[in-house]
Amino acid sequence: MEIFLAAAVVAGTPLLFATVGELITEKSGSLNLGVEGMMLMGACIGFVVGLSTGNPLLALGGAALAGAGGAFIFALITVTLRANQVVTGLTLTIFGAGFSRFVGQNMVGAVIPAELRMSFAKVNIPLLSDIPFLGPVFFRQDSFVYFGYVIVILSTIYLFKTRVGLNMRAVGENAAAADASGINVSLYKYVHIILGGAFCGLGGAYLSLVTVPIWQVDVVGGRGWIAVALVIFAAWNPIKALLAAFLFGGLSILGLRLQSMGVNVSQYLVDMIPYIATIVIVIVSTMRNRKEGLPPGDLGNAYFREER
Amino acid sequence: MNLLKITKRDDLPTSKAILIRGAAILLSLVCAGLVMLAFDLNPIKIYTEIINGSLGTEMRIKQTIIKAVPLVVTSLGILVAFKMKFWNIGGEGQIVMGAMAASFIALNFGELPKPLLLPFMAVAAMIAGGFWAFIPAYFKAKMGTNETIFTLMMNYIAIKFVTYLQYGPWKDPAAKGFPKIAQFSDNAVIPSMFGLHTGWIIALVLVVLVYIFINHTKKGYEITVVGESIETARYAGMNIKVIIITAMFISGGLCGMTGMIQASAIERTLTFGISMGYGFTAIITTWLARLKPVAVLFVCFLFAMLIQGGAYLQIAMNVPESVASIVQGSVLFFVLGSDFFIQYKVSIRAWSKKIVTDDKGVA
Repeated sequence: MEIFLAAAVVAGTPLLFATVGELITEKSGSLNLGVEGMMLMGACIGFVVGLSTGNPLLALGGAALAGAGGAFIFALITVTLRANQVVTGLTLTIFGAGFSRFVGQNMVGAVIPAELRMSFAKVNIPLLSDIPFLGPVFFRQDSFVYFGYVIVILSTIYLFKTRVGLNMRAVGENAAAADASGINVSLYKYVHIILGGAFCGLGGAYLSLVTVPIWQVDVVGGRGWIAVALVIFAAWNPIKALLAAFLFGGLSILGLRLQSMGVNVSQYLVDMIPYIATIVIVIVSTMRNRKEGLPPGDLGNAYFREER
Repeated sequence: MNLLKITKRDDLPTSKAILIRGAAILLSLVCAGLVMLAFDLNPIKIYTEIINGSLGTEMRIKQTIIKAVPLVVTSLGILVAFKMKFWNIGGEGQIVMGAMAASFIALNFGELPKPLLLPFMAVAAMIAGGFWAFIPAYFKAKMGTNETIFTLMMNYIAIKFVTYLQYGPWKDPAAKGFPKIAQFSDNAVIPSMFGLHTGWIIALVLVVLVYIFINHTKKGYEITVVGESIETARYAGMNIKVIIITAMFISGGLCGMTGMIQASAIERTLTFGISMGYGFTAIITTWLARLKPVAVLFVCFLFAMLIQGGAYLQIAMNVPESVASIVQGSVLFFVLGSDFFIQYKVSIRAWSKKIVTDDKGVA
């Protein structure tokens, strides 16, 4: 059981990065459906840099930059040029898929050097890893996973305990009011869209550097979209996003696990579970009509001062 | 102080709008060309080879048309949903489910005569595709769930389901353990004309039908009103729930039709990869066509050229097919961005106060 849960954490980590990234983007009022594309860009650039330099930090930096670059295109078109966010996000996904296939054309089957893989080896955290049950599940992981924990904690503090985070939420809730109180709406949107994109890029890099350290086409495989749904499930809260991501990580490896236990069920039917669960989540979160857990008020709307 | 002044344009002459859009497409090609240069590819050569590979010989033109057919039919489906501002990105799944239903009929009633079997397959495909779109539409209409994620997840479920069929219950025992579904009988294959399957006739007929539906029927008008303003629709006493569900059923039905055409004319069987990304590409083409059925025809042909030209690049020049998707993405980014310059006028803010007030009067 502990082994399964530890594997669920590993499988959920790419989702965690992408979910937190999209959460930050949405909190500032932008619905970027290009998560899948930004993850693919991050996965690809992270892999290229890792393969050629062997340096883990450079690889992660490259992945974050690639995701941020994709997000920048989105910000430019939706914030400055006020285009439709849904269509722009979809385009970013299609563009990212083409980009990763194009850049990765000569790398199919290439393997990350062992040295670099060692940088993402499991590290036991002293004391914490000795906690019964929780220790083996959460604190005997690789450094990338711990980085995910740090991001969750930092973004929670940032969103709910800092002045800048408050301003940013104000932009997402009501851009006109935020503007009236002297907040630079465009700047806030740009910064958080790009930051969110960088996290999505890192999520993609986890897949290509750690999960499967071999380059394969479409390595992300729809996880970006699950992340978009998880933001709703997590009710725009990073801590809940962590739980949601690991829950879905568990669901995604359930099929293989059941088969290895000798349960006779088609792998393809079990593979449907995360997607069906996402739909159930979307329905349930629409039904529960609570005050908290609602999307930011101005989510998806372009802001144009002159049209106020 | 902001130096740029942005004002809304009331109406821009069509010629100028086309000029702006043309400039955007040109710029996007330049931009994609720079990406190619960065990878040591000659963009001019790539563009000429894309045109050569898609229009160079009669055979290649036929291939381009064959690739345009599913794109046109799917785009028409997407168009009906987008008119209503219902973001149906579940085209892939609706195609797959349509193909599955058509295959079910083809595999079980393969002995029926062609004129009976093909319409039977088409109806089954449209119902299956429509049903796959009906599910998210029902929840959207009843409780306002987010259709983007819902329709998207339905894609994966459909593809996994057909994968299950292909590897499980529908596996052809004659294929010696190879995971494939049996070939259709000849009766279940769409007939050819001039060495080209007649799906293009279906596509043209559907363009006309959708045009009439959107522009000249009450239901089509209602869909447009719901898309423009739900409040207006409600005030006018329209039954919004019924409109959403009907429109989505039609949308999914058209995508299902694509599945039938591809399964019958191209694959002659069912595979889980049958949708080939057409459900996503159709979103781009539909948007570029500004939700106009006739424009869909032209945009889809251009995109089919990119797809066919891309495939040709791969074979003839050993340049990856994905170059074409970079061009596609780049074109759409620029066109999306150019809409801003069609809707708004950007001018450098005048320093003199008098001119500013004059400007206001004009705006």
